[in-house]
Amino acid sequence: MQIPVEGFMYPNEVELQWSVLIVLYPFLTGLVAGAFILASLERVFQVEAVKPTYRLALLTALAFLMVAPLPLQLHLGHPERSFEMYLTPHGSSAMAMFGFVYLWYLLGVLVLEIWLDYRRDIVVMSQSARGWKRPLYRTLTLGSTNISERSLQIDERVGWLITVIGIPSAFLLHGYVGFIFGSVKANPWWSSPLMPVVFIFSAMVSGIAIVMLLYMLMCWLRREAIDMRCVDAVAKYLFYTFILDFSLEMLDLIHRIYEADESFRSLDFMVHTRLFLSQVVIQILLGTVAPIGLLALTQVLKLTDLRRRHIYVVAGCLTLIGIFAMRWNVVIGGQLFSKSFLGYTTYKMGFVAREGLLTAIILTILPFVILWVLLKLLPPWPEKHAIPASAAASAD
Amino acid sequence: MTNFKDAGHLFRMAAVFLVGVVAFVVLRTSFVPRSFGQYGHYRGKAIAEIAALPTSYAGHQVCEGCHTDVLDIKSKGVHKGVACESCHGPLAKHADDPASVQPAKLDTAKLCVRCHQANIAKPKTFPQVVAEEHSGGAACNTCHQPHTPAMVAGGSR
Amino acid sequence: MNITRRQLLILLPAAAIAWEHILAGTPESSPNYNMTDHWWGMLMDITKCIGCGSCVRACQLENQVPDGYFRTWVERYHVADWEVEYPKVDSPDGGKRGFPPAKEDGGKNFFVPKLCNHCADSPCTQVCPVGATFVSPDGVVLVDQKYCLGCRYCVQACPYGCRFINPKTETANKCTLCYHRITKGLTTACCEVCPTGTRQLADLKNPNDPIHEFLKTHSVQVLKPHLATRAKVFYYGLDGSVR
Repeated sequence: MQIPVEGFMYPNEVELQWSVLIVLYPFLTGLVAGAFILASLERVFQVEAVKPTYRLALLTALAFLMVAPLPLQLHLGHPERSFEMYLTPHGSSAMAMFGFVYLWYLLGVLVLEIWLDYRRDIVVMSQSARGWKRPLYRTLTLGSTNISERSLQIDERVGWLITVIGIPSAFLLHGYVGFIFGSVKANPWWSSPLMPVVFIFSAMVSGIAIVMLLYMLMCWLRREAIDMRCVDAVAKYLFYTFILDFSLEMLDLIHRIYEADESFRSLDFMVHTRLFLSQVVIQILLGTVAPIGLLALTQVLKLTDLRRRHIYVVAGCLTLIGIFAMRWNVVIGGQLFSKSFLGYTTYKMGFVAREGLLTAIILTILPFVILWVLLKLLPPWPEKHAIPASAAASAD
Repeated sequence: MTNFKDAGHLFRMAAVFLVGVVAFVVLRTSFVPRSFGQYGHYRGKAIAEIAALPTSYAGHQVCEGCHTDVLDIKSKGVHKGVACESCHGPLAKHADDPASVQPAKLDTAKLCVRCHQANIAKPKTFPQVVAEEHSGGAACNTCHQPHTPAMVAGGSR
Repeated sequence: MNITRRQLLILLPAAAIAWEHILAGTPESSPNYNMTDHWWGMLMDITKCIGCGSCVRACQLENQVPDGYFRTWVERYHVADWEVEYPKVDSPDGGKRGFPPAKEDGGKNFFVPKLCNHCADSPCTQVCPVGATFVSPDGVVLVDQKYCLGCRYCVQACPYGCRFINPKTETANKCTLCYHRITKGLTTACCEVCPTGTRQLADLKNPNDPIHEFLKTHSVQVLKPHLATRAKVFYYGLDGSVR
């Protein structure tokens, strides 16, 4: 497969090393971190308004986190050796952190927090469920059926503590990915101290957007009224976070243009040609300026509930597209130009291939499938299904 | 003591975590390669494995051990700094078992132009010609003796 | 002196461990080679390179380098005028079959062979998540083919583009400075076949090494010095336009 090269590239640079799967990975962990930060708004920062999205945000984070290692495993030359990152992690490598940060966040933060928040419902369902679900819930109770006031208070306290620890953990989970790119001095498109910060803020934007969209979707599917106070609050946080994210990205851009170091001409040419569609049109105009503009409208004008809902849906979808494009532009864009600054290559993405587009699409759909299962097992809105606590206690 | 009774589930969860950590530590000791860390953060045995890879080029000292006659001729000409295998290709197998592995006869028409075809990027002092104009397509050893390439009529040895 | 069985039981394992330590500096297949006596580098005399591509071919044959990937390659530069920022560079198939006649005339034209610079502060080693690539005690940056995951982070981190993923082994691959040869007193395959003496192996710990001497008495450069990789491939006669 001949890859068309423009200008000069070092011979080993012509073929891209990191594919669309490596674009997908930060997108997925970004959603995880962002969804968790939204959940923490309620738990730690006492933002009452967003409470209806709390459990949904946690389950969303879990579903995406479970899928997150898959694009990495599929990308590795030797996935069977990936456990070596646990055996002999190299202290100087940001990538070596992955194994432990992932495990810590999955088990020590997310699973623990979900378990503590759902524990009452799990105990109730372990007694009321039938069939294969019953042993599942009984295992999840870890053998303890204590859902007294005091125990729930303890859960509340411990859960709060975990969320507090979880916020920097979420930043670490996604920030280290930004550092993986930002610390590569060989690549001037990546090398920047702003990279982890930009990654984190864009993660927050994407996470808030997806929870907002999922909440509206779930309400629509369950034929429930959308709590506008909640959605308005979520949209407001999306708007503010977006402004911060956009400011950071513009700062990076302006700084580059102004300093115009040796890489600038080559990168500038790349953005104007090969990366024009994905960077200028999709990421900046459609994916950032448009949603910010739309959200600004809802903040400034007095619009009807229906109108606002429509705007939120459009803005949310555009946001997700824009943040995916941002990951694409970082990962793929960083490999399209030569480190000699004298040439450009092309990304030939396969379709039905181990690292092809079809694989990426499947891996993007998979978390929603998992989320659907989680929503069935751990319903976020138990009010309609819960058995009163007294009935559960007497069945003890 | 009511505190502990109501926190029983937390202790159970903590126990699960502890079992996991212990299992990890135990498994780790059996899976980390023995020689890891011997010289640094890598498998020490890897160095020996790489050093044990087979060679294809024998090196000119080995050739000169047997082919002293060629060496006598070559060392007086301008090709004295050119290693034998530079033209004759990798011959470690031949050096190990001279009788069974015979080096191929070289076609000077194709061989010599690799270095001596004129190119603007070559150093000006380097002897280079445009082969078609220089010899009209004739093989280089028609006039030059490759081991000592000064003009010698009558072809190669 | 009578040695009791008990004493022997303690002495023998201790002696075995001590013997291991003595041997520790020596790769098993090179019995007379002590790693700590050497610190390898290379000299490239650009004024002599004729772009014949012998080094690229020899490296491929010696190390079974797959087609389309290069442990070493040769670039041809054309610098039209005083603007060293914008040279025209080409490297057809890495220079393996030499170079076709140049289209441009005038200006500066020259060849630059490149390979792994075996950096003393190697960025590729820094980023390897598991310790599959490393700087050996004698200064050669190597890849452990049995341990590499194929994550490609090292390929991204190398500023010189000298690393690739071998499609057969799916692991990182690059110039090993013919470690299997230099530990046996031979020189690298590329230095062996270079007809003009452009490429010469250097032992930077050996005060009697003539190349080491050359480095101490001539103006030499490394590639991309601003990245502070402490590269150990030194170029003599390198033009400012070389990337």
